[in-house]
Amino acid sequence: MSNVKKITGMRLFLPIFCMVLVMAVNILYDVASGNFALNFFTISIRNGVLYGRLIDILNRGSEIAILAIGMTLVVSASAGTDISVGSVMSLAASFCCMLLAGYGVSSTTDLAMPLIAGVLGGILLACVCGAFNGFLVAYLNVQPMVATLILYSAARAIGLLLCNNLIVYVREDSFKTIGGYLGFIPTPIVIAAVCVVIVAVILKKTALGLYIQSVGINKRASRIAGLNSSRIIFLCYVVCGLGAGIAGVVAASRISSADSNNIGLNYELDAILSVALGGNSLGGGKFNLAGSIIGAYTIQAITTTLYALGVSSDVAPVYKAIIVIIIVTIQAPPFKAYMKKRSAKKALAKGGAAA
Amino acid sequence: MDNNVVLTMRGITMTFPGVKALDGVDFTLRKGEIHALMGENGAGKSTLIKCLTGINAFEAGEIHVDGINGPVVNHSTLDAQKKGISTVYQEVNLCPNLSVAENLFIGREPKTKLGTIDWKAMVKRSEQIMKDLDMNIDVTQNLEEYSLALQQMIAIARAVDMDCKVLILDEPTSSLDDHEVEKLFKLMNQLKDKGVGIIFVTHFLEQVYAVCDRITVLRNGQLVGEYPIADLPRVKLVAAMMGKDFDDLAAIKSEESPTFTDADLLIDAKGLSHKGTIKPFDLQIHKGEVVGLTGLLGSGRSELARVIYGADKNQTGTLKVKGTEAKIGAPIDAMNLGMGLLPDDRKAEGIIGDLSVRENIILALQAKRGIFKLLPMKEQIELADKYIEMLQIKTASRETLIKQLSGGNQQKVILARWLATDPDFLILDEPTRGIDVGTKTEIQKLVLKLAKEGKGLIFISSEIEEMLRTCTKMAVLRDGQKVGEITESLTQETVMKAIAGGGANE
Ligand SMILES: Nc1ncnc2c1ncn2[C@@H]1O[C@H](COP(=O)(O)OP(=O)(O)OP(=O)(O)O)[C@@H](O)[C@H]1O
Ligand SMILES: [Mg+2]
Repeated sequence: MSNVKKITGMRLFLPIFCMVLVMAVNILYDVASGNFALNFFTISIRNGVLYGRLIDILNRGSEIAILAIGMTLVVSASAGTDISVGSVMSLAASFCCMLLAGYGVSSTTDLAMPLIAGVLGGILLACVCGAFNGFLVAYLNVQPMVATLILYSAARAIGLLLCNNLIVYVREDSFKTIGGYLGFIPTPIVIAAVCVVIVAVILKKTALGLYIQSVGINKRASRIAGLNSSRIIFLCYVVCGLGAGIAGVVAASRISSADSNNIGLNYELDAILSVALGGNSLGGGKFNLAGSIIGAYTIQAITTTLYALGVSSDVAPVYKAIIVIIIVTIQAPPFKAYMKKRSAKKALAKGGAAA
Repeated sequence: MDNNVVLTMRGITMTFPGVKALDGVDFTLRKGEIHALMGENGAGKSTLIKCLTGINAFEAGEIHVDGINGPVVNHSTLDAQKKGISTVYQEVNLCPNLSVAENLFIGREPKTKLGTIDWKAMVKRSEQIMKDLDMNIDVTQNLEEYSLALQQMIAIARAVDMDCKVLILDEPTSSLDDHEVEKLFKLMNQLKDKGVGIIFVTHFLEQVYAVCDRITVLRNGQLVGEYPIADLPRVKLVAAMMGKDFDDLAAIKSEESPTFTDADLLIDAKGLSHKGTIKPFDLQIHKGEVVGLTGLLGSGRSELARVIYGADKNQTGTLKVKGTEAKIGAPIDAMNLGMGLLPDDRKAEGIIGDLSVRENIILALQAKRGIFKLLPMKEQIELADKYIEMLQIKTASRETLIKQLSGGNQQKVILARWLATDPDFLILDEPTRGIDVGTKTEIQKLVLKLAKEGKGLIFISSEIEEMLRTCTKMAVLRDGQKVGEITESLTQETVMKAIAGGGANE
């Protein structure tokens, strides 16, 4: 009994629990449809690259994972969410493709400038977007939701303008590699892993994590204790923009084009959901990066599973919504208090019986 | 139940992870009595109160309230409220971004015939309530516009305005000055005459003897005893709380007054000010000097200190630190010049509630070192353990969240945070707020020790007595202006006179 409590009380319990649940559903599905029971976990090599449902989830989940990093920091420091990340992804993709193809060109097979310049350009513009959000939130004290609403609605349109209202195709191999394969491993997996490792190392080796949490918990007290609260909040938004930029470039490379209206569509929701699923309070303060990352892949697993189960992409959001409701309820204080009271009552009843 | 008794608690037991906060505590409150609940920091006073009002769920024991059959278990403050138990908690827990009027009537708003909130009536009644307490403030302003002391008065006004049989005041006077305290005592006596039973928690012993009829003492979560006030003189009370004899009034300061030369000048402020809070002032502080800032509430004591530290931005004049002119844009600049500020509002500006005791202690030192020089965990642990030991911080472990500590122990953690930065110049704004008698003396001694080591200090306290014990010089403030300094013959009398507005080098 007390062991069960210990496990359920753990910070990573929620995301891991959800992940296990998704796996269980997959196994049940495979068994029911007469496939090999562990189909989900099977990894093979086909056409010289890794293949399998698990690999697919890791691959497809890369963008959400990268977004989840920045979103975790933003939520922690400012007790608000950045709802512009999906649109900023699209903007970064558009700008990157525009740079690579040249303004006004709708399709190209060679690059108008070095790949690295185009990619960095896209990412840099996303950082500027992050800085804009950060400035509004940190220095002008605008509510995060309102501040990021501006780019949420504007970024996609700006991207379209940059591309002269075209869907720009960049059909060039080196660009395709970003969303394709590095040897036999899908490149996005590598990119996401690198991002996660870099941020994790920074958090481990510097006081950034302490600063962000401190500011998120009590901004005024943090300032008195010598922290530059506004600058830290600003920085988190820039990092979030950076992540959106990287994710945008990856997404564009996957389809060799900058489809302004579809790249990153609804990704902000997945990113926010990852943070919540990771056991982080959306009220700011303490955060848990590992949780968010697991959360991100769990969401991708849910999406992939739904598709595997034959749910159409139009209805999938309904299932996700149900999952959100459950998660939010589990985390809600009244529910927690209720569970605590129940277990206390049980303990009391037990104690009473023993006496 | 004795028909004179309004509340009995029997065998109340409650455990937090790692701490037995209450162990079979009994408490009895009679009609029309003011009952002091005393004990050291972390003795379990607030916990006992929270068990009564339903914030904490107790594991064993029974509560009986006059007029209600059978044992009572409250589930929330509102629940307790309905049973006639009105509470002012230790930490002001009103809504800073609501108006004073809204705060006074939250949860019991006057309604119009249509069932909507009757704003006009609310404002009018709020104004009346404030007037009855001699407080002329704009009740439509947000609560956060007002000082902590005023907020505390508003919290009290709210509790008192509700019809109750039991009124609980958990350290209501911690940020009030003598004048407000007097008003509060008058109010308490009126309620007492009406037959209300009042539970009064405080660390100011004089206040206990000024109003209380009976004392219950707790120690380490256990009941020491219940005494009529006459049976428990001050020394005995202190001994009961601490479990040993202790003279909290013994002189600690050496008699001769030290002299300072210009070479020792640490802080030299000329014409500093912040619009709306403090008018231009001059102040000099030397190495080894403890300067007290005194004045009525709202006189600008805290505000003066905040300008020096850069918590509020200075707008005029110049500040020299150790002889060189200093530009301070934010607290971190002041910290890099060797300053520290222990703010008076612990909850809003002191604790980082969801961080551990260790993290709270090292925070300022870490900020000073910079983001890239993370203190090694080993060093953090050593620092935390050192101050937990030195200041006798009562905590289940160094990794306990600071918000789970008792009020006085939270205060000690914030003090530790500043000691850890080893400042040359430390501003202590109400450093002993909510701290028990024994530790209070320890902190006063610590202040003198720091001064002896050559540090300069500003000491702000609502208790003149306490400043007299530590300060070498006092600056007097009135209406946001420094009106004088007292350097010689520091006595209760001269200081009181200066505060009220007569004499003192004006
Ligand atoms: N929420 C909590 N979680 C864990 N422990 C707690 C919590 N609240 C209080 N405690 C512990 O319970 C004990 C009693 O605390 P309590 O707040 O009742 O003390 P107190 O007598 O009011 O002290 P003070 O004079 O400092 O206000 C302390 O050891 C404290 O650390
Ligand atoms: Mg208390």
